[in-house]
Amino acid sequence: MNAENQSPDVDFDVIVVGAGVAGCVTAYQLAVKGHSVLLAERGPKPGSKNLSGGVFYCSVMKEVMPEFEAEAPIERRVTRNCLSFLSPTSFVNLDYRDERLAQNGTAVTVLRAKLDDWLATKCEDVGVTLMPGIKVDGLLKDADRIVGIKAGDDTLRSHVVVAADGVNSFLCRDAGIRATEPTNHLAVGVKSVIRLPREVIEERFNLNGDEGAAYAVVGDCTNGVGGGGFLYTNIDSISIGVVLRLDDLVERGESSSDLHDRFLSNPAIAPFLKGGELLEYGSHLVAEGGRAMVHDLTRPGLVVVGDAAGLTLNTGLTLRGMDLAAGSGIVAAKTIDTALQQGDFSQASLDAYTAELDATFVGQDMRTYAKAPDFFLNPRMYGDYGRLLSDVLYGVYNLDMKPRRHLLPMVMAALKESPVKAMQLARDAYAAVRAL
Amino acid sequence: MNTNQFGTVTERLDRNHYETDVEQSHITVDQAAARAADAGPLLVRICPAHVYSIQADGTIGVMAAACLECGACLAVAPPGVLSWRYPRSGMGITYREG
Ligand SMILES: Cc1cc2nc3c(=O)[nH]c(=O)nc-3n(C[C@H](O)[C@H](O)[C@H](O)COP(=O)(O)OP(=O)(O)OC[C@H]3O[C@@H](n4cnc5c(N)ncnc54)[C@H](O)[C@@H]3O)c2cc1C
Ligand code: SF4
Repeated sequence: MNAENQSPDVDFDVIVVGAGVAGCVTAYQLAVKGHSVLLAERGPKPGSKNLSGGVFYCSVMKEVMPEFEAEAPIERRVTRNCLSFLSPTSFVNLDYRDERLAQNGTAVTVLRAKLDDWLATKCEDVGVTLMPGIKVDGLLKDADRIVGIKAGDDTLRSHVVVAADGVNSFLCRDAGIRATEPTNHLAVGVKSVIRLPREVIEERFNLNGDEGAAYAVVGDCTNGVGGGGFLYTNIDSISIGVVLRLDDLVERGESSSDLHDRFLSNPAIAPFLKGGELLEYGSHLVAEGGRAMVHDLTRPGLVVVGDAAGLTLNTGLTLRGMDLAAGSGIVAAKTIDTALQQGDFSQASLDAYTAELDATFVGQDMRTYAKAPDFFLNPRMYGDYGRLLSDVLYGVYNLDMKPRRHLLPMVMAALKESPVKAMQLARDAYAAVRAL
Repeated sequence: MNTNQFGTVTERLDRNHYETDVEQSHITVDQAAARAADAGPLLVRICPAHVYSIQADGTIGVMAAACLECGACLAVAPPGVLSWRYPRSGMGITYREG
């Protein structure tokens, strides 16, 4: 904290609401620059309200704290990525393993209750005032300017408030930035964490030491509902669950817990978990709208980061939010630092954040994958293609003494059986190339 | 209803850690609006924690203490049916894994 920078009319230079990845990174960067920062978190401990699938593409953290890889509570380094199609009777995997992934350490598995708590401790180390157990009820406004927060009977004033309060962001609603989000922009994630001895995990998933595996699964795990399943290895547990697009879940009459259970009890999945002990059953929303869901990122005196800003990307192969949360936190802190130096907290001043974010990997990737959410509205992704693939492979491996055919006629025959038409396949493939 | 090797949803929720707010519920249902919109079955199947149930008299029961605080019910509920906020400071689910 730097007393010189602190004007008498505010309690803190900046109040950051939410100690998730986005909030912690923003608060940390601002404190390092010498500003007084309050980090308010509604959970009794940072991380205690948070949940993610758990693969953190953490290269971005090197920019924030070089010691991240060595010190953070990382579970495993992801060296095996599997893209899997699941049907009631088949499990088709594209299994990609690469030593280089381990060396770079670009993707690690994490458990948020542990990670966020550690991040918040790092924030305190550089002078951030952490207040856990404080639910912020709303914004303090002075005409159209946001000048602080309200929590219970208390008010606290600051030059800038950062909304890092996640996908449900009540602060953004309060600021008039967003109303009710369309349900096709949201998915519900239902997750179990299952304890297993580390040797068992290493054996079952074919891993050495701290290597980790990440499965992205489509098809039967959601029984055709838009979304997918995930299975990630931690040190001595497995994070497993489903992500279900809310519009489709509503429409198809399925139950979220039944789909979660259906995935875990699929005969191809259950053996991974066998003998395990359930540690936790949880749920959280995922911002799935991609670029279409990104709202205004600023108001006079307010900056929005992470999930609250809609910064999450589902590319089918990867589900990314934590790296984008960190990336937005870095840019937000930079903009706010400049605003504090110039004493200008107008929307025009803070809008530098929007422009700069757009130029970083966060904005670029949001643009690159702008068509991805529409592509994933395609119901064929969640059933027909998996079945088609398994039918072709069945033809390859089921040597039943009937004469074999070449692969192409076999694919054509499988296509004929499938509800998918050849033209549709070509069109979807083209759309995939353009969207992903 | 599906179950898996880890038991029913209720059994699994028992493994979670909660600070239960005995004085205040963070969820309330407008029963008349819910009836008009026939929101009961939707809430029952959307909620992964089985917080909602349909009572014998047709009203919607709410077991707010089991809530995982995802916000899915609020996102899908027809307008006017639900009032849903985060629980009071420090209350509700405490994830230990996440
Ligand atoms: C099932 C699932 C799987 C996912 N898988 C991945 C993955 O593998 N990789 C990946 O990168 N991303 C993944 N994501 C997305 C990722 O979890 C989010 O993008 C990320 O958590 C966003 O971070 P955040 O800091 O913006 O928000 P959050 O982590 O949601 O943090 C928001 C914080 O604000 C606090 N808060 C909220 N309201 C208030 C208030 N009023 N007062 C005080 N505090 C408040 C909350 O308690 C919380 O600590 C997944 C998400 C889900 C749900
Ligand atoms: S927030 Fe989630 S867990 Fe809580 S009642 Fe709503 S749907 Fe159920």
